[in-house]
Amino acid sequence: MSLVNDIMQSMEYGPSSEDASAARDWLARRGTFGHFINGSFTTPGQVFDTRDPSTGDMLARVTQGAAEDIAAAVKAARKAQKSWANLSGTERARFLYAIARHVQKRERFLSVLETLDNGKPIREARDGDIPLVARHFYHHAGWAELCDTQFPDHAPLGVCGQIIPWNFPLLMLAWKVAPALAAGNTVVLKPAEYTPLTALAFAEICQEVGLPAGVVNIVTGDGETGAALVAAEVDKIAFTGSTEVGRGIARALAGTGRKLTLELGGKSPFIVMEDADLDAAVEGVVDSIWFNQGQVCCAGSRILVAESVAERFEALLRARMDRLRVGAPLDKSTDIGAIVDPIQKDRILSICKAATDAGADLVGGQPQDSCFIAPGYLKNIAPANPGMQQEIFGPIATLSTFRTADEAIELANNTRYGLAGSVWSESATVATDMAARIKAGVIWINCANMFDAAAPFGGYRESGYGREGGHAGMLDYLAAPGPKNGGEGKLKPLDAVTDATAAKPQGIDRTAKMYIGGAQKRPDGGASYAVPGGLAPLGSRKDIRNAVEAASKAGKWAAMGGHARAQVLYFLAENLAARADEFAARTNKREVEAAIDRAFHYAAWADKFDGRNVQAKPGHLVNTIPEPMGIIGIACPNRNPLAGFLSLVLPAIAMGNSVVAIPAQNDPLAVADLYQVLDTSDVPAGVVNIVTGARDALAAHLALHDEVAAMWYCGTPEGQASVDQAASGNLKPVWSVAHRDWTGNDAQGQDFLNHAVRQKTIWLPYGALPSGSGSAAY
Amino acid sequence: MTQNPGTDLRTDWFADLRINTPAVERRAATLPTRRSLKQDHQAAWLLNAVRCIDLTTLAGDDTPDRVARLCAKARQPIAAELLEAMGVSGLTTGAVCVYPTMVGPAKRALGNSGIPVASVATGFPAGLMPLDLRLAEIRYALDQGADEIDIVITRAHVLQGNWVALYDELRAMREACGAARMKAILATGDLKSLENVARASHVAMQAGADWIKTSTGKEGVNATLPVSLVMCRTIRDYGMRTGHKVGFKPAGGLRTAKDAISWQVLMAEELGREWLTPDLFRIGASSLLGDIERQISHHVTGRYAAAHRLALA
Repeated sequence: MSLVNDIMQSMEYGPSSEDASAARDWLARRGTFGHFINGSFTTPGQVFDTRDPSTGDMLARVTQGAAEDIAAAVKAARKAQKSWANLSGTERARFLYAIARHVQKRERFLSVLETLDNGKPIREARDGDIPLVARHFYHHAGWAELCDTQFPDHAPLGVCGQIIPWNFPLLMLAWKVAPALAAGNTVVLKPAEYTPLTALAFAEICQEVGLPAGVVNIVTGDGETGAALVAAEVDKIAFTGSTEVGRGIARALAGTGRKLTLELGGKSPFIVMEDADLDAAVEGVVDSIWFNQGQVCCAGSRILVAESVAERFEALLRARMDRLRVGAPLDKSTDIGAIVDPIQKDRILSICKAATDAGADLVGGQPQDSCFIAPGYLKNIAPANPGMQQEIFGPIATLSTFRTADEAIELANNTRYGLAGSVWSESATVATDMAARIKAGVIWINCANMFDAAAPFGGYRESGYGREGGHAGMLDYLAAPGPKNGGEGKLKPLDAVTDATAAKPQGIDRTAKMYIGGAQKRPDGGASYAVPGGLAPLGSRKDIRNAVEAASKAGKWAAMGGHARAQVLYFLAENLAARADEFAARTNKREVEAAIDRAFHYAAWADKFDGRNVQAKPGHLVNTIPEPMGIIGIACPNRNPLAGFLSLVLPAIAMGNSVVAIPAQNDPLAVADLYQVLDTSDVPAGVVNIVTGARDALAAHLALHDEVAAMWYCGTPEGQASVDQAASGNLKPVWSVAHRDWTGNDAQGQDFLNHAVRQKTIWLPYGALPSGSGSAAY
Repeated sequence: MTQNPGTDLRTDWFADLRINTPAVERRAATLPTRRSLKQDHQAAWLLNAVRCIDLTTLAGDDTPDRVARLCAKARQPIAAELLEAMGVSGLTTGAVCVYPTMVGPAKRALGNSGIPVASVATGFPAGLMPLDLRLAEIRYALDQGADEIDIVITRAHVLQGNWVALYDELRAMREACGAARMKAILATGDLKSLENVARASHVAMQAGADWIKTSTGKEGVNATLPVSLVMCRTIRDYGMRTGHKVGFKPAGGLRTAKDAISWQVLMAEELGREWLTPDLFRIGASSLLGDIERQISHHVTGRYAAAHRLALA
């Protein structure tokens, strides 16, 4: 019997290893790497090993970046930034285009290098990561070209510090570097310590294309190097990685005024409705949690299946899982490669153990020699089990059931995260409804883990904030036109008043109250403080609690639609106008006019602040939809008490948010007079809640509240720092609102609306007939 | 190999069928990229494909001598010296496939080689003849010595959702086939939607088809991987319900050695290795064999063969 004959009996696949010689030659030639600073590689310093996780073999030595290295890189980036930004869009586009071309020319080399360093299957690096890297640079070459016309009066932020993870090393580099450069920023990027090699290869590409020195700087190292970058004098930090590290960065940046975007962890739901194509859904699981060894922040790791089809779904899932091949990453027939590092492997196994200790059953998922773990899933698992709450970041999903669509949504949203969600249903009616109701930044209908440079990607909740890709992604690397952040003078001392002598009653005594849930409420503490015109209630933590509670019950405001909200805002303008003289007496005529203008302005926007249809891939309907944040906490400036308040509250509610607002601390009574206007204008109870009192203390309470989704703060640097600090708890985005004349023209506009929403990207592949049938989809 | 006895018509087995076409396209597009075969393994898989080929001529100008030439190729599909170099002997194609009037010449040409003769029948390719004539054609082919019958279905029954008519027609054909094994050609290019393909597959298996086959080779679109994937999944489901293994035959779209590998990967990954034998997998093809032989020649000699150096089918 010959070998060929034997194989004809067994029909085994046999080994099929990708040729790694070019990458290995490069590593042998380079051996030890310094940083890439100001256009050239530095002399290697203190080095650490980077290894092939599938074998444990050392691949190269790279330098541990110290604070001085970061400082040198930031200095180089700062020096290069002005002239980079001063290039025309076309000139920047040519560099990005050249980078894309060079990535493509070295596609095989980069794929192999990525697989060696990371352990992912060569098929995924070859067909996934690297083509997407090239696509990202092509797409952003276009944004560089169009930046001036599409983002008029916007300016680059300056120097961006970027910290990326190890799961998609070069792709995450592309996601960070391409938009930053397109917008005219320069960057200092720190790749993950496990996977620095493709970033260093990318540095060579920057040299090859003649990118001006200092535009891209790469400093390798571990978390300490990252911390040094966070502490450096940069204008923005963009971080992708774990939620815990992200929280630390948010704290570190509190009060610095530096921009921050975070793309963090996830525990994304994967919902299989009873009318789903179950085979398609099973394949979706393969593309989700059994992709990249499950080391995917947006992986559909919580599978929720309709009870009526759960048995068949699991049978199909199990059979499919059994055919996955775990093995050498460089083998072209490998489905599941190596976990990136033994530490990660241990982490995965420990969460699985905690899950099984708590009563779940693990199917498959057994550890193997070296850094390998077989694909698996946890069944008989409920939300109370840690395995269903924690991000496992390995090839292990959870599998549980639901009865009805509302229960599926309840389970799907029962998580601190909100990165992505996947819905499987052959009903457009059902699927689009589910997509709307899942609280996450990316929804895949009948597909999973689809990415494209044009499709914004990013999270809700503790999955972070900011978007990468497309129009929304560009906005996060640009400064919108607006006033420079000035000050607002001193807050007047605020003392609780125990007797009523401070206020001189005129006519029938009026008592200013707070406004919570559509009703005027006395402060929980029963105290007031003296303000111009009388006494204002002195709000406390408990009033904030009650106001947030009321805001969370605002009900249908978001769902009633832009047109209906516009009607309410027009009505508000009408009622304000009717009482213009009275408000002018509290403030002045100019402020009242501005207030009415705001109502008209945001009534106009309410049904026009549209999402986009994204040109991601043919055959895919990809839409971005601006969704309200939920509850926005707003701390208002002292200047222009009425106009300032409405300039902030109206854009927020126009977009469907409910708000808890702290009016001007020094002079809140004009706002107290608004309650009746809100009532008579049909603003539903709970949409606007107002707590008067000590702004910074109340704002900190708001920022601490996990139910509050975002904070807008316009006040003092100290107050800003404490709000930033408090907001890091549930990672709510904080908009530091610049002081300005709130009766002026720059106190309204799209920048306000951009902060009032977050983009949800929904993918919907279509196609009635298969390929060859003339469908436009293929 | 036992025949598929079929079942009563069970429309409930496919009433709730859901097929997401883009998802099928994605799976079909990535399947061949997930598995790679090199060197001896690639050669072995290519030879296995040869073993599964129904070497076919279904042309208006077929003559007994033309069919005899095809049969000679079926008996020696790969040059003897190439097979010898790989230590493989006794390799033939899975069958030859011809029109009913060519069954006699094919039988004579194949002699005692053991290679079965498959005959198309039932008014191939359109199938729009009176049922009694279609059944008579089956009997004629059997009488000529056909071992297997490739029947075509009435596409109208599928397009109109008339499952009873489709089932009854297939049952009658099955009975007419007697001991011969029956392949049911669904003409998927005419059925268009993947749901239609899946429903027709179920009815054909319920009526006792031993293989379900994609195409006549005469439709606008013939065998494609997405359609094949859908049919394979119905074979899996029918097997889960009845315990019977039904075979699959893609026809008319496979031309390159790469195609031969892709379809075999599909069978192995979606149904299992058992579906890599001629009992459960056939490829309806003519030009495919030539490309496989070229690849085999390269594997053995290190040179790419010119077409004129390989024996014509």
